[in-house]
Amino acid sequence: MSFLGKLSIDAIPFHEPILVFTMGAIAIGGIALFALITKYKKWGVLWTEWITSVDHKRLGIMYILLALVMLFRGFSDAIMMRSQLALATSGAPGYLPPEHYDQIFTAHGVIMIIFMAMPFMVGLMNIILPLQIGARDVAFPFLNNLSFWLTASGAILINMSLIFGEFAKTGWVAYPPLSELTFSPGVGVDYYIWALQISGLGTLLTSVNFLVTVLKMRAPGMTLMKMPIFTWTCTWANILIAASFPILTAVLTMLTLDRYLGFHFFTNDGGGNAMMYINLFWAWGHPEVYILVLPAFGIFSEIISTFTSKRLFGYTSMVYASGAISILGFIVWLHHFFTMGSSANVNAFFGMMTMVIAVPTGVKLFNWLFTIYRGRLRITVPVLWTLGFMVTFTVGGMTGVLLAIPGADYVLHNSLFLIAHFHNTIIGGAVFGYLAGFSFWFPKAMGFKLNERWGKGAFWCWIIGFFVAFMPLYVLGFLGMTRRLNHTNNPDWNIWLYIAMVGAVIIMFGIICQVIQLYVSFRDREALDDKTGDPWNGHTLEWATSSPPQSYNFAEIPHIDDIDAWTDMKEKGQVYQTQASYEPIHMPKNTTAGVFMGITLTAFCFAMIWHIWWLAIVGLVGGIAVFIQRCYSKYVDFYVQPQEILATEKAHNLSASKGINA
Amino acid sequence: MLIRNLCKIALVSAVLALSGCSGGILDPKGQIGIDEKNLIIIATVLMLLVVIPVIVMTLYFAWKYRDTQTHEIYAPKWAHSNKIEAFVWAVPILIVIILGVITWQSTHRLDPYKPIEGKGKHLTVEVVSLNWKWLFIYPQQGIATVNELVFPANVPVEYKITSESTMNSFFIPQLGSQIYSMAGMQTKLHLIANEPGTFKGISANYSGAGFSGMKFNAIATPTQADFDQWVSDVKAQGGSLTKANYDQLALASENNPVTYYGRVDKGLFHTIIMKYMAGMNGMGKTDKKKEMGSMKNLHHEMAEHSVSSANSQGEE
Repeated sequence: MSFLGKLSIDAIPFHEPILVFTMGAIAIGGIALFALITKYKKWGVLWTEWITSVDHKRLGIMYILLALVMLFRGFSDAIMMRSQLALATSGAPGYLPPEHYDQIFTAHGVIMIIFMAMPFMVGLMNIILPLQIGARDVAFPFLNNLSFWLTASGAILINMSLIFGEFAKTGWVAYPPLSELTFSPGVGVDYYIWALQISGLGTLLTSVNFLVTVLKMRAPGMTLMKMPIFTWTCTWANILIAASFPILTAVLTMLTLDRYLGFHFFTNDGGGNAMMYINLFWAWGHPEVYILVLPAFGIFSEIISTFTSKRLFGYTSMVYASGAISILGFIVWLHHFFTMGSSANVNAFFGMMTMVIAVPTGVKLFNWLFTIYRGRLRITVPVLWTLGFMVTFTVGGMTGVLLAIPGADYVLHNSLFLIAHFHNTIIGGAVFGYLAGFSFWFPKAMGFKLNERWGKGAFWCWIIGFFVAFMPLYVLGFLGMTRRLNHTNNPDWNIWLYIAMVGAVIIMFGIICQVIQLYVSFRDREALDDKTGDPWNGHTLEWATSSPPQSYNFAEIPHIDDIDAWTDMKEKGQVYQTQASYEPIHMPKNTTAGVFMGITLTAFCFAMIWHIWWLAIVGLVGGIAVFIQRCYSKYVDFYVQPQEILATEKAHNLSASKGINA
Repeated sequence: MLIRNLCKIALVSAVLALSGCSGGILDPKGQIGIDEKNLIIIATVLMLLVVIPVIVMTLYFAWKYRDTQTHEIYAPKWAHSNKIEAFVWAVPILIVIILGVITWQSTHRLDPYKPIEGKGKHLTVEVVSLNWKWLFIYPQQGIATVNELVFPANVPVEYKITSESTMNSFFIPQLGSQIYSMAGMQTKLHLIANEPGTFKGISANYSGAGFSGMKFNAIATPTQADFDQWVSDVKAQGGSLTKANYDQLALASENNPVTYYGRVDKGLFHTIIMKYMAGMNGMGKTDKKKEMGSMKNLHHEMAEHSVSSANSQGEE
């Protein structure tokens, strides 16, 4: 075995012009970023205030940054797929041979779900959830930092596959036997396994962290049924993560044993059974889609009630509906493979269970409708996303129920109809939700509002682009086009493939609008400044803090008497009052352990992928050593002193009252 | 309201396109496919009963209660109504109950393992997915083809399906249901063509680099006599498919031409299913004989498979 395992100069794809171009762009971008940070002497700030930070708000911002970067990567994959399929019609080969194209659709799925949607969701939850329950941080701040770096490690690994070797050519589900060594001998599937494992660990730790936070750290008076609805939906999502991610870990471990040690869990020979993988994968995979969409439902609920200046209609119904969705989400996994040959009884049961999920989801839609009813709806950017969601998601829900009927699924399974359906729900549900939350809570996190015009532009491009890109896919599904085709030869399909391509370009303009929006808003941040900390006249506690919030969130933990705690406090006139003196506040210290564990474990995973055994040992032992060192460290906390708190609170309350008068 | 117009345009153009186009699942040429198309239409119409009002209400409420409409009633603290709550739970429940009944019945009626009733005896075709082509073995006729499937119209066909290597899905969109092909086990599907014609067949489950080329023509001949004629033609011109030939054929290849085999080794399909079991004999057990015996039972179970109890009702 050589020093670098399977890794050699041949592993770098110099023969692929697209990849060489990408590498060049990454290199230039990286150097430019490095030069800028050095020029403005920001390395120190970056290290002490961000990379090693345990502040949930900063971690949240870093999560969202990661999500946005991964959105660009995943979207480039999407554009490449759509253009390949628009070019490779009527028997033409297009410009992406299967060798490359198959990696792209796999990477697109993995990146969008695991490294775009999940970090976006976790990022919003990080920023907002502790604020909503009146906590000063999460239960385990170091763990929170570690979770972020584990997620980032996974993202780094998956992007390293662009430069070293290849990514999986199996589709994002990596079904065996295709993903076994016999049919995928390269390192692609290993990248897939280790990237998912390490980020999955991060996600699992996050869920445990936030469950404990919600159960133990709510402000006095906030009973479970007085928690803000976003906190509730996140909590349901965290329960789902805690219950389902171990299944993913286990199934990937089994696949690892098959590939590394010649086990036979899922191989064709030796008594393996691929059906077991498919069942286990979806036992995680189906709850996963609810993990993505439930927090988005919470965001829409907050936005609708805030911008109608009205209480959320049917709060109790909403909580139970979310719970019902979570629990039912666990007993529907088989609908992903009705065509495997299960008996009619089994298929019918799972089909009907799937439809039952439409009930709580329908209730939610109606409740949002009745929240708007007799309200005063301000049509802002977050509201546009919400309305866009309600229209789009309803269509996606309908096609979902259609796919849940086994008799219909027998002809629609794996077709582009399915692709259209899940993009309809994931884009129309989860992504619209995160983007709504992004514009809604941006002032809270950053201290200034986002430019409305560019925000509206982004919304219209996204929603129009979405319909233009995905409605044709429904049609193509009906026309019998299956997914993951590299090229087609059916003249009836061409026009729809072209239209879908146009749709993708329109979505691209939406993303461009968002980039411009960020730039313009940053440029005009003085004018868009949020002085009060409560720019939308919000209902919940996060708006009680300044924007961005004080590092300790709340100088004094408020007592909660109502679901809309902040509205309640405003009505009672208990806001923006500076106390004569404050108690010192106990806060966690920043730590380098998280990022060092991220680095060592990334090295471990990379070494495992390339069979560089010495590095694997160094990485793993190093990671564990850092962890143990951190466990025994005594310098983990400090007290914020009363004078500092007093000064901060005075400044905030003064600025807030000025803001209100202005 | 741009969104609504867009939806309308999308819907109208979809309907126009679908009615005009041929070859998809909305242009079925077999009983199973026709039933499935009707099922899709009924379910869609039922759901539209909720979906359209929700979309319309969303846009209408958003418009009616926008903040400039200060003359509208404003009830900031109104957040509960038993009547409305009962209504919003009841309507989806009602629709889902109706859909549930439809689902239960249609799933049993359209069970792919269920032989087609009242159309006479089934023709049996054994289907093997290989990297990356389809092998069709006709056990009753003793012939085999690659990437071409021929059967008489109006005669039900029983497909026994397995895979040499990776998982695929055997699918002729215009005839109806698809079923996975998986190595080391057998799945089943029953289809019929109501009229003669040539239909496209595909693999509907990604299986690697040559997947896009895993296409075949499914040809329904007008009469049984035409089919018999085709069989004798194949017998006359085709070579033979022995175990050794099969191993050659099983090597990965893309966009295979149509190939005919006039003779096929008896039990080849069974051999293909069993091939992964064979290796297990050498797994270091001493009592070979006993081992073989228990293996045989296992073979049986795996082959009859498995995904399982389904068969009991499927078998005659």
